Amino acid sequence: MMRRIVLVGNPNVGKSVVFSQLTGSRVMISNYAGTTVEFTRGQLNTESESFEVLDAPGTYSLTPSSKVEEVASSLVDRADLVINVVDATNLERNLFLTTEVMERNVPVVIALNMIDEAKHKGVKIDVEKLESMLGVPIIPTVAVSGEGLKELIDALPRAVNKKVGPLETSDRWSYIGGLIGEVQEVVHRHHSWLETLQDASLRPLTGIPIAAVVLFIAFQFVIGIGELIAGFLEDYIFNGLYEPLLVYLSKLMGGGGFLHDVLIGRLIGGEIVFEESLGVLTTGVFVELGVVLPFLTVFYIVLGFLEDSGYLPRLAVMVDRSMHRLGLHGYSIIPMVLGFGCNVPAALAARNLESRRERFIACTLMAVAVPCMAQLALIVGLVGRFGTAYLAVVFASLFFIWVVLGLIIDRVMPGYTPSMVVEIPPYRIPSLKAQAKKLGMRIKGFLIHATPYILGGIFVVNILYTIGVIDYLGILFAPVVQGLLGLPGEAVSTLLIGFLRKDVAVAMLVPLGLSARQFVIGSVVLAAYFPCAATFTVLVKEMGVKDMFKSAVIMVTTAFSAGFILNLLLDTILPPAYLAIGLVAAAIILALIMGSNSDRRELSDFDRAA
Amino acid sequence: MQVNLVDMKTGQSGVISAVEGGQGLEKKLSEIGLHRGRQVKKISSVFRRGPVTVSVDNFQVAIGYGKAVRVMVEVVDDA
Repeated sequence: MMRRIVLVGNPNVGKSVVFSQLTGSRVMISNYAGTTVEFTRGQLNTESESFEVLDAPGTYSLTPSSKVEEVASSLVDRADLVINVVDATNLERNLFLTTEVMERNVPVVIALNMIDEAKHKGVKIDVEKLESMLGVPIIPTVAVSGEGLKELIDALPRAVNKKVGPLETSDRWSYIGGLIGEVQEVVHRHHSWLETLQDASLRPLTGIPIAAVVLFIAFQFVIGIGELIAGFLEDYIFNGLYEPLLVYLSKLMGGGGFLHDVLIGRLIGGEIVFEESLGVLTTGVFVELGVVLPFLTVFYIVLGFLEDSGYLPRLAVMVDRSMHRLGLHGYSIIPMVLGFGCNVPAALAARNLESRRERFIACTLMAVAVPCMAQLALIVGLVGRFGTAYLAVVFASLFFIWVVLGLIIDRVMPGYTPSMVVEIPPYRIPSLKAQAKKLGMRIKGFLIHATPYILGGIFVVNILYTIGVIDYLGILFAPVVQGLLGLPGEAVSTLLIGFLRKDVAVAMLVPLGLSARQFVIGSVVLAAYFPCAATFTVLVKEMGVKDMFKSAVIMVTTAFSAGFILNLLLDTILPPAYLAIGLVAAAIILALIMGSNSDRRELSDFDRAA
Repeated sequence: MQVNLVDMKTGQSGVISAVEGGQGLEKKLSEIGLHRGRQVKKISSVFRRGPVTVSVDNFQVAIGYGKAVRVMVEVVDDA
């Protein structure tokens, strides 16, 4: 049997970089705590032996008090050898975990990572002395550049199990304090400009404008550049090159028949219309490559930069107060931001939140009110045609739902959400190479996972149309869909397909010939009513069947109520621009009036304890 | 002078003297490197009821208001 190496270390010390250097596997790497939520498996082949390598999620301690610590702790118990990745810039803090690992019955090697950054920061470490004091091999590394990795592999046979404890927490710190006094010297030096910016983005007077500017630029960049690329692709590639090919194919198949309907779809006025024909090769390929892919690519470029620079935890600090009103704390802004790319990794990231209550609120709000980029791309492209004001109504409605639903759940659900304790990483200038690699992984992931659903979804639509199911359902559900939402009965088919792919579902609104207000209502209901199958599967795993059921009831109720309210107000009482502004203002005012339930409950809990 | 992290002024340094109201919090803070006897410097706070950020050696930790009021420090310098 292969021997098993487990990589253990504090969050954000570069474990995943060491892992990918050792095993050659590609893993997600970012500059904030909690990028790895599940362990990753890989293989390391040395000259003499092959190892199985597991990358544990980052943890400060092996005493299991959260899900992440539990995972890390049980992985250490199952390890034949531990590589403890230590951040050289924060040796003292990192050694806490090191001593805990050494108390377990397992041989240890230490990778003293980011040794270059430590030198840069004026931290001098006497590696030999530390090695002899701890009694385990210590290898200085710079994982991002690969420096020291070979030496680390060579040191594996020298791994030993040296007992230091068991120690009580306070004894542990004094033991570590003793070590540090012997081996570390810190030279004082001046603030770099990055450090000045670092502090500025944490102070409200500068931090709030910075947050506003960052979010505004990110939004404008994704929508603006996304539209530009999508427009270019549609004009030159799809209409110019691809369409003639499809026209030829359509003629070849005689312009009709079942196969023609599935592949090309219906001809609109004798022509192929990419948004409406609903064929696998027309609408399917166009939605995936012509609309979603450009927006998604730009979004992931922006997200990659935000992640690797270290800005996201600072954003968490800025929004912490506001998020408390929704029963969450600042760090849950991270799953929300990730959700705009795809809800699946966002649901996984919610694992970093400590309590079941927080995870429930975060997952529910994210699934209801954060549309993924695939769906957003279609909404921007299709609702945008009716004017920016209508698009604003969609965004404003989702924001309203997000805030009001959060306020309500925080009040109704027992308990409170404790305030956060999170490490703020230093700003780092993202490396282009790492960014390109991550972007490549994400795009590849999208193409692999989305293609079967998009093409399959369109295929299913055609089958359902052909055998008349959609017409039947249209008549059956007409009272609800028409009466409540003001949409034609066939719109119910988009809700069915939305479970497979939300982007395809939004595209399916086009052939229904909807008015602007109907399109807005359809888009909002589709965004909120239920997660897609991929997200649903992950949510069930993360929340459990019972909580998922509760969450689903909330989602469906919210979506239909929101659709009903929009149906009452939009273009009947209020024009879109006023409605959009009104919804945002109402949400903010409600949040201000209602205050934070969690805050009050946490403080009274404290008073009781004191 | 002993104050909690919320009342401590931005720019001040102090030594953590006590964590009130619960073993759980003391343990959690200790693991992340904020144990009794450790010197911290307050970097920022977001208005009155927002999180407090402190720096310790080469790292920074943001602590939500509800927890920051429980962390007592002995102020060492009035910078």
